[in-house]
This record gives sequence, structure tokens and C-alpha cells, in this order.
Amino acid sequence: MDWEQIISVLFLRDYNTRLVVFSTLLLGVTCGIMGGFLLLRKRSLMGDTLSHATLPGIVGLFLAGVFLGNDGKSFMLLLVGAAVTGLLGCWLVLFIREHTRLKDDAAMGIVLSVFFGAGVALLGMAQTLPEGSAAGLESFIYGKTASMVATDFQILVVVSLLVLGISILLFKEFKLLCFDETFARSLGFSTRWLDVLMLGLVTAVTVAGLQAVGLILIIAFLITPAAAARFWTEKLERMLILSSILGGLSGWIGASLSALLPRMPAGAVIVLVAAGFFVFSMLFGTARGVLLRYRQHRELRFLVSRQHLLRALFEILEGQQSGVDELEVTPVPYEEVRITRTWTDRALNKTLAHAFRDGLVKTRPTDDTILLSSRGLEEAAKVTRNHRLWELYLIEFADIATSRVDRGADRVEHVLGEELVQALEAKLQTYRWDEQVLVPASPHPIAGGVAPSTEATP
Amino acid sequence: MPAHPPGDPVASHPLQIRDLTVAYQRKPVIWDIDLKIDAGRLVAIVGPNGAGKSTLLKAALDLIPKSSGEVLMFGQSYSQVRKRIGYVPQRESVDWDFPVSALDVVTMGTYGRLGWFRPVNRRVKARAMEALDRVGLADYAHRQISQLSGGQQQRTFLARALAQDADLYFMDEPFAAVDAATEQAIVALLKDLKANHKTCLVVHHDLATVPQYFDWTVLLNMRVVASGPTETVFLEANLRKTYGGKLDLLAQAAEAVRKLQ
Repeated sequence: MDWEQIISVLFLRDYNTRLVVFSTLLLGVTCGIMGGFLLLRKRSLMGDTLSHATLPGIVGLFLAGVFLGNDGKSFMLLLVGAAVTGLLGCWLVLFIREHTRLKDDAAMGIVLSVFFGAGVALLGMAQTLPEGSAAGLESFIYGKTASMVATDFQILVVVSLLVLGISILLFKEFKLLCFDETFARSLGFSTRWLDVLMLGLVTAVTVAGLQAVGLILIIAFLITPAAAARFWTEKLERMLILSSILGGLSGWIGASLSALLPRMPAGAVIVLVAAGFFVFSMLFGTARGVLLRYRQHRELRFLVSRQHLLRALFEILEGQQSGVDELEVTPVPYEEVRITRTWTDRALNKTLAHAFRDGLVKTRPTDDTILLSSRGLEEAAKVTRNHRLWELYLIEFADIATSRVDRGADRVEHVLGEELVQALEAKLQTYRWDEQVLVPASPHPIAGGVAPSTEATP
Repeated sequence: MPAHPPGDPVASHPLQIRDLTVAYQRKPVIWDIDLKIDAGRLVAIVGPNGAGKSTLLKAALDLIPKSSGEVLMFGQSYSQVRKRIGYVPQRESVDWDFPVSALDVVTMGTYGRLGWFRPVNRRVKARAMEALDRVGLADYAHRQISQLSGGQQQRTFLARALAQDADLYFMDEPFAAVDAATEQAIVALLKDLKANHKTCLVVHHDLATVPQYFDWTVLLNMRVVASGPTETVFLEANLRKTYGGKLDLLAQAAEAVRKLQ
């Protein structure tokens, strides 16, 4: 591979490269859109069934053509055959689902393998024919860009325009169908016809993409860009646009790569490129990527741990100085804090280190005692107050037995935002916590041995 | 074809069900349902699990086939008066992970009037926003729906029905597992609808609040046990007939407490 070759592929100097790259790019864009709908309609496997079920149609019509005297290579006829058995397979799945107790996955598994098996058997028959003209048929299974002709491109243009036009025209109907089929029906939309139309479009895309990526891999080209796009956005419109961009890019890059590398089938390379986009999106997606979720989870754990520390410190001080209006900050032995929870030394030290860094405690984690800063005390008072309000709320308003409150509160308090606390205050006016009697202390001993009665210092 | 000529007093009933039977795979789920609901009523449909409450709503809305009987709304069949009917399905019936905002979902309530092909325009968006505001979720309009709490999701569904701008509403368990704020919002909304002469049929599971929230009660357990003004129907004898003799209210409450412990 030399530079000249790379440039020739990149700038599409060669007619055949141009044809293949444009075709796969267009196919990627259409796959991206239909794949998005398919994914959200939870019909991904249906697309797989459909594509596998095209094989008996292709080979069947080829055989019929041979027996009727022509050479069986009428390309359009084969595609019609593909569409017919593909749709027949889908219909069979729906029929089995409606009239038996078998579930979707079983129905699809059966139909997919039986149709594909029938196709392979027919293919075996076709290959025994003396003409040897059946050689090209196998390219439908794995795809063979080298055998693509101008007709493929024209078909793809027509299918793309169809998909794009109908998706725009029926965008609101498809959206409703995917989100809430029952409600769609109650509004008078025929969900049956919408489903048929959607499946019809998927069939058109599948059949048009048979030459490029083949019937086994087309499902990956449909679903992968859509699934990747989902990690970046929470809006359907943006997801579909991004999905079609990722699909188009996969088609373009994949086809170019396969033109550069000898013996690399385009379909496989395209799917691998799409998979690359998927993995990247899954990790780094800004709406629901794995790293984002991991970070959010870590932040929550960090927050929970800090609140536990602050509340433990506050309650220990409170226990020592019962009855005073304003708590005075005194050093608390490390060990006394540690036994309030199932803390490991490592976890507590880490939390203390963070608190020290943020100026909430004045002592270093290695010290024997822990001393809150004035800001730390303020924060600790707020956390404790939130916690008690929440407990009170649970007792007063929710249908939850008192004995269960603590377990729930330990987790739920961290979900409790500023806003709800204010709402609670309004609701709990009758308790007048701004006067002498504050929000009542927890109805159960939170930290053993520090209840006011036991260790209260004079 | 309307079964009753216009002007017939029966036609003014928002809902009339006659001799309705629904069966799933040869097994009748509800049978011989006869109901007549006056305009402006808040109707509780009450009954034990599996009594066919949801089935009744779905059959009325042609979402599942009827084995026999007829359902008339404003004296006509459902397909003729669709635009005057609003529907709130159970919250669990959809996937809340779907990539749409609360406003998008509420806008779906306007799709029926828009009809096929016509895209969402600014006018219907404004109407959806108004509906969201009525359930107190205007600030959450652009939130993705999975980020809403359960109660907020329920209110989103109610707002979607409001956006349908209907005269007769079917609501399937709108009070199920909602927080106190949502419960109050729904109650206020129902009162508001009643004040505007709208009729609401609400599948309800919390017996304790029936007399407080609803002025009409339908007790259902595969057949209609009783239907009438709440104060004349919501009686222990009728409840016993609906829930079975041994499972009276006290026993139910006791069982609930036992389960908690």
C-alpha cells in the first residue's frame, strides 16, 4: 500500500471505489435512521430475522428463473424474492406470537434459523446446476462490494429517499408508536399499519444493502450506529441524526479501508468500524456513557461518606454538650468516630483527607483526634438537620413503619435536595424547630454510647 | 351509526355500557357489565386485583376486543367520538428510558387532533406546555422522562390526557405509588375537571380515599356489584360482596401491617 493508492481511494479517483464508497455511505445513513426506530421499537432481533429470511427468496427466485429458461441473474428479480421471504418471515413471527403461547424470542429464533436453513439448502441445489452461474449468489450472504454495479447505487438512492421522506412525514407517528403503542391506538392511529410500514422500510434497507454488507452483517449496520448514538443524547431527533451520521461514517471509512487492504471484505470492515464507534460512545458518551455513570456513582459515594462523617461528629459533640444553644467545637477522638459506623480505617481516612482538603476539618487524617472547622460545623449542622427532617417526614407523612425509618433514611437523605427540605419545613411548621425544641432527635440511638443520658458532660 | 338519534336523552350520557363481556382465550374476564354515567361525575372503579378494572377501560376504548355488548360515549361509538375522550394508561405500560422530554410526551396528547402526517406546530406545543403547567411540572418540561420521579411521570401522563382536551377521561390507576404532593395535585386536577363538567372514570385501589375523592363509585369484581353515588354505594355490605366476606377493610389493613413487619 503506497501513498498514491491511499490518495486515489480517499479522493475517489477510481470509478469502482467511488461507486462502492457512495453506496455504503448512503446505506449507512439510511441504516442509521431505520436502526434507530428499530432499536426503540425493541425490534432489533426482528431485523435479524428479516435479513436471514431473505436468503430462500433470493435463491428460490434464481432457481425459478433457471428452470424458466433465462440465466436467473436478473438482479431486480432476486431482490424482490429477498423482500418477499423476508417479510414472510416477519409475518410468521407475528403470527406465532399472536396465536400461540410462544414468546417473541422463541418465535424469532425458530423462523430465523429455519428460513436461513432453507436458503442454504436451496443454495446447495443451485450450486449443483451445470451452468455454474450460481457462483454469485453466495455474495449475498457476506456481501461483496467488488460485484456492485450502478444498479445497486440507484436502488440505494431510491431507498434512501423513501426512508428519509417517510421518516420525516411520519416522524410523529413513529415516535408515538415506539413510545406508547396503546396510547397511539386509543388516539385512532393504526399501529398495525405503522408497524407494517416500518418493517417494510427496514426490509427495503436490508435488501438494498445485501450486496454491500450481506444478509448476516446488515443487522449490525442497522443497530450499532443507533445504539452508539443513544449514549450521546436524550432527544430522539438528535439520536436519529447522530445515528445516521455514525452509520454514514462507518460506511465511508469501512469501504475505503477495505479498498486499501487486500482481501478485506467491506461488510466486515464496515461493521468493525461501526463497532469502534459504539465502544467509544459506550465509554465516553455524554448522556449515558459508562465513564459518566461511574463518575456519578463515585461522586454519590463520596457525598454519602462525607455526610456520614459530618453527622457523626455533630452528634458526638451534641451528646457531649447537651442542652447548650450553640455547640462548641472540641476535638473528638478518632476511635469514637470510627465506631459509629461500619467504617474501615481506609475509608474513614480517605473521607477525612477529603474533608481536610476542603477545609471542613482542621486536623489531618493521621491525627488521633478530629477537629471540625467553623465551616465544617456549619455544614455538619445542616446535614444533621436535613437528616432529622427527613426522618420526621417519613414518620409523619409516609406509610412506613417507624422501625424501618433508619435504614431508609440513611440512603434517602442524600437524594434530598435543598428544595424538598424547604417544602418539609413548611409542612412541619407545627413543630417549631426554630424555638427551643429543635427537630426531635432520632427516635433511635444512632451512635451507641453517645446518647445524652449516658456520657453527658456537665 | 349512532344507536340513538341526536336529542335522545340517553345520548347525553358521557358513557353508557350495555351487556359488555370480555374474554381472554375463552375465559371471560368481565361479564354483563351495565353502566350509565352522568356528565360531570368523578367515578371510582374499585375492586380486588384481577377484578377486570383495566380490562373494562381497555374494552371501552377498543384496545381489546369485546366478546359482546356495546359501549356508547355521548351516544356514539368510540371511533366516532375519539377526540372527546382522554386516556391515562398505567405508568408501567411504557419504557420511561425513551429519549424524549416531558413536554414531548405531553405533546403526544395533541396528536389525535392533529391527525396523520401533520407535524407538531407551535400552537400544540403551547397547549402541551399549558397542560404541564396545570399539573405543576412546567419547570420540568425539558427534562428527559427517566429523570422524573415516579409521581412526576404520573403527572406527565395526566398532562398528556389534559392536552387531549377531552370531555370524558379514562384513568388507569393514576394514584398508584405516587408521593403525597402528586396525590394532592391529581385530586385538585380531578376537582377542576369536574367543575368544568368533564367526566372522569378512575381505576382506584385505595379504598380509604374513595369517599373523599369520588362522588360516584362502581364496585367491580368481574361483574358490577354496585354502581351509584358514593354515599349510597360505598357501604360495608357492598364492599364485602366485592372483596369477599372474609376480607373486610379491617382485615385488609391488618394484613398490610403484618406484611410490613
